[in-house]
Amino acid sequence: MSKTQIEDINRNIYDIKNKDEYDYKIQKGLTKEIIEELSKQKQDPDWMRELRLKALDVYNKLELPTWGPDLSELNMDEIATYVRPKTKMSNNWDDVPDDIKETFDKLGIPEAEKTSLAGVGAQYDSEVVYHSMKEELIKQGVIYTDMETAVHEYPELVKEHFMKCVPVHDHKFVALHGAVWSGGSFVYVPKGVKVDIPLQSYFRLNSPESGQFEHTLIIVDEGASLHFIEGCSAPKYNKVNLHAGCVELYVKENSYLRYSTIENWSKNMLNLNTKKAIVGKNAQVDWVSGSFGSKISMLYPMSILNGEGSKTEFTGISFAGKGQNLDNGFKVVHNAKNTSSVVNAKSISKDGGTCTYRSLVRISENAKNSKSVVSCESLMLDDISKSDTIPVNDIRTDEVEFSHEAKIGKISDKTIFYLMSRGMSEEDAKAMIVRGFAYPISKELPVEYAVEMNNLINLELEGAIG
Amino acid sequence: MLEIKDLYVNAGEKEILKGINLKINKGEIHVIMGPNGSGKTTTANAILNNPEYQKKQGSIIFEGKDITELKTDEIARKGVFMSFQLPEEIPGVTVANFLKYAKNKITGKPVKVFQFKDELKKYANELKIKEETLERSLNVGFSGGEKKKNEILQMLVLNPKLAILDETDSGLDVDAIKTVSKGIEMFKNDENGVLIITHNTKILHSLKVDYVHILVDGKIVKTGTQELASEIEENGYEKYRKG
Repeated sequence: MSKTQIEDINRNIYDIKNKDEYDYKIQKGLTKEIIEELSKQKQDPDWMRELRLKALDVYNKLELPTWGPDLSELNMDEIATYVRPKTKMSNNWDDVPDDIKETFDKLGIPEAEKTSLAGVGAQYDSEVVYHSMKEELIKQGVIYTDMETAVHEYPELVKEHFMKCVPVHDHKFVALHGAVWSGGSFVYVPKGVKVDIPLQSYFRLNSPESGQFEHTLIIVDEGASLHFIEGCSAPKYNKVNLHAGCVELYVKENSYLRYSTIENWSKNMLNLNTKKAIVGKNAQVDWVSGSFGSKISMLYPMSILNGEGSKTEFTGISFAGKGQNLDNGFKVVHNAKNTSSVVNAKSISKDGGTCTYRSLVRISENAKNSKSVVSCESLMLDDISKSDTIPVNDIRTDEVEFSHEAKIGKISDKTIFYLMSRGMSEEDAKAMIVRGFAYPISKELPVEYAVEMNNLINLELEGAIG
Repeated sequence: MLEIKDLYVNAGEKEILKGINLKINKGEIHVIMGPNGSGKTTTANAILNNPEYQKKQGSIIFEGKDITELKTDEIARKGVFMSFQLPEEIPGVTVANFLKYAKNKITGKPVKVFQFKDELKKYANELKIKEETLERSLNVGFSGGEKKKNEILQMLVLNPKLAILDETDSGLDVDAIKTVSKGIEMFKNDENGVLIITHNTKILHSLKVDYVHILVDGKIVKTGTQELASEIEENGYEKYRKG
């Protein structure tokens, strides 16, 4: 039987390109004038305009990172940082233009809202086009809206927290984000309110040679709880697109936040995203992350355990195929007594793809009686793919429990033979092994996302057609 | 049902099988016995065309079709099953899900979920496999005995035309061997066949077989009935080794 190798898989729904229609697209590049114009278009208050200009200044002063994947192909003069879709924000799907609505329909967003979500936000290019939440949560004082609305309607709350958890000088792409951010979600859960059903924001970048810079700011007040899901995708273009979002999470005393991400950017995307959580006394933040798309990804969610007895868990999987370099990981700072962190990271690489797990565990002197358990496992599906683990462990007190375990493996011919003897083709066998490997992660996702993740794995493994 | 004609097989440079001839008709249980290194496991792997072994000469005919060069999964779908000496571990895939998927691939039909579950539980009970084991990752953390019983469970669920059992009895205690024998008896009917590969005779105490073949140094040196196994039990293989 002859096999035809195909270069790139059919990502079907993810690859549907809409016509590049927009209401306003800013000129490419990054200058003070462009930022001023962007700020004017967005009707920023003064403090926000100043923050943008200061961030631009920092951006111009900072160098590209000297470690990790090569970012030299990124030329900011070629990227339009702001593309406003031809619509206004709405809380009614019927008001969303047909082509945009159709895209979100195919991605299953309105359907998910009906069946399993408490609220939905949908961003198309630079602006949020839809936002809605269940009535009962509104009555309980929960705020879930797009970031622009929040800037105008909740100025104190936003000003107190915006880019305080992730300051603009953190690194070059955070500074860039500060200068050109647009869209994203704002969530506030009042004291003691438990939001049992997840909220979800979906980010879709349709416009070529552009960037998406959404800002997500979540405040979970004392004793409250929330599950937030973000999904991202884009159709593939020949030139690079840039995603430099920023996520700031404030998890106050005795509260709980779970932040889940399924990222399936197209393979021309540079995903240089920054996510950070500040965790209060006896509070907990859990990160669940599935990273499938992007040409280059540099993403290291960070938990800062500032409160005594605070906890964090990171559960993540990266899947790198041909031409992909996914440099992902996790950072945690233990800053108080009795804190704990658990990391379970997995990666899969195939067809020459590269996966790197890069991490930082810092346990400061005052974090006595803390605990950190790190486990990372990689699976390589062939001999040309790469996998690496680069952990930095900075432990400044003796009174801790710390363990780090790393495993790198390949699928053995014996295992393939075993599965083939049960009637499975070689591709079926590999897909089953990979799904099993990913299962500890997928079981942490809401069921429809676990299904989507398995579909993505199957798509990725359809490397040969009969 | 199965006919092996003048089969020569290498593992790398090493010649293992040197002209095997074997014919199994439906309704028969055959046993291949032989000392370590005589080529028993190679025979089983060659029938399922494990790419680790290279066929140099000869052919394998199954139900009138030449399967010598077919891929392993194609042979499995034609109805040949092999119970492994060392079954592989598949983390994250439960026994139940694995078997449901395999059943679907083998039959080419959608599996009826409730009917399948009932059948699976019934066989598990017969083989003294705990129901919670069906929800554990396949073979991960299983004892040697659990793995072997699980292979028999797979045989019963997948219901092949020919089951090859490679050292399924080795390393098992008396009770486990009885359970395995019971599984084989449940499976066996006039329309299918069994090929048991073993280096000892224990399983033959609780199972009636039709033919016993003695394999020494890559060749079948003698074929007989159940009595031949008793003779081997008493005298060993010494008589059949080359001087």
